[in-house]
Amino acid sequence: MTTFDPTGTESVPVTSAPAPHDSYRVGTGTRATRVLGLFTIVSMGWLVVFGLGFSPADRDQDEAVRILYVHVPTIWLAYLAFVVTAIASALYLFPKAHSLGWDRLAGASAEIGVAFVAVTLVVGALWGRLTWGVFWQWDARLTLTALLFVSYIGYLAVRRLGGTHEQRARRSAVLGLLIVLEIPLLHFSVKLWRSLHQGSTLTDPSGDVKMDGLMLFSLFVGVIAFTLLYVWLVLHRTRAMAMEDLLDDRQLDSALEARRAEARIDAAPESAPEPAPEVGTEDR
Amino acid sequence: MEDAGFIIGSYLLTFGVVALFSWRVVRHGRKLADRVPDDEKYWA
Repeated sequence: MTTFDPTGTESVPVTSAPAPHDSYRVGTGTRATRVLGLFTIVSMGWLVVFGLGFSPADRDQDEAVRILYVHVPTIWLAYLAFVVTAIASALYLFPKAHSLGWDRLAGASAEIGVAFVAVTLVVGALWGRLTWGVFWQWDARLTLTALLFVSYIGYLAVRRLGGTHEQRARRSAVLGLLIVLEIPLLHFSVKLWRSLHQGSTLTDPSGDVKMDGLMLFSLFVGVIAFTLLYVWLVLHRTRAMAMEDLLDDRQLDSALEARRAEARIDAAPESAPEPAPEVGTEDR
Repeated sequence: MEDAGFIIGSYLLTFGVVALFSWRVVRHGRKLADRVPDDEKYWA
């Protein structure tokens, strides 16, 4: 690389600048995740502007409708995360390769899902206080959402039970495939039981879109922003989990090596040959 | 005014969790990355 030297008349080489290839390789990030992160931040900014600013108040819910622009995308992200957990669990369990990469994707996705179900529950309680006058009701939709949260906390606990990576992957894959069945039950709970929670936010019973254009757009921006956030988070978390597994294996290898060395030291005096008696030294 | 508090609170809570969770994930990744050579990171 060369640059113009303002004090002289010739160009001088500059070699001290680090190559861009090295400058972005920090932690679990790459150039792609940085670009994705930037898009996520921009779309989150749009969500705030449209959700709190441009979007109109609702006829029935008044200003409280603005909470839905974050409430709906967070539960969408959680559903997406748990469905990815189930798909990754199946991809670990059924093909013969049993790739641990799928298991790590399942675990990373479940962690993200749990965090956002928690946000959904709290933000939903705030919305409920404004719309229904209470923070919580033992309504089918709310209760099943709380059950989903507890189930995936259990899933994460099962992942930490110990054993080999393969044992962890197998037992959590089975669990991941079972508890995902709560999602259709949760989603259709407002139709299956008489519920306080509203039905579909987007469409009326005949299936037609019932939202105002700007409201729909704000919700769409929210869903896009949280989907980008999910992809960004899952990439980082999966990479971190790969390093955790690698360091775990190394720790196990070094512990085994230390134990073997210890065993060799213990066994050395018994197996070492008896020193030969010195003959005739006293006569000299 | 009560509505405004709940609405702003919802947004602050959501984006606060997003920021905290993201920061924690990145920081944890960086700490682990210090202990793992680049040639063992499949993304590097």
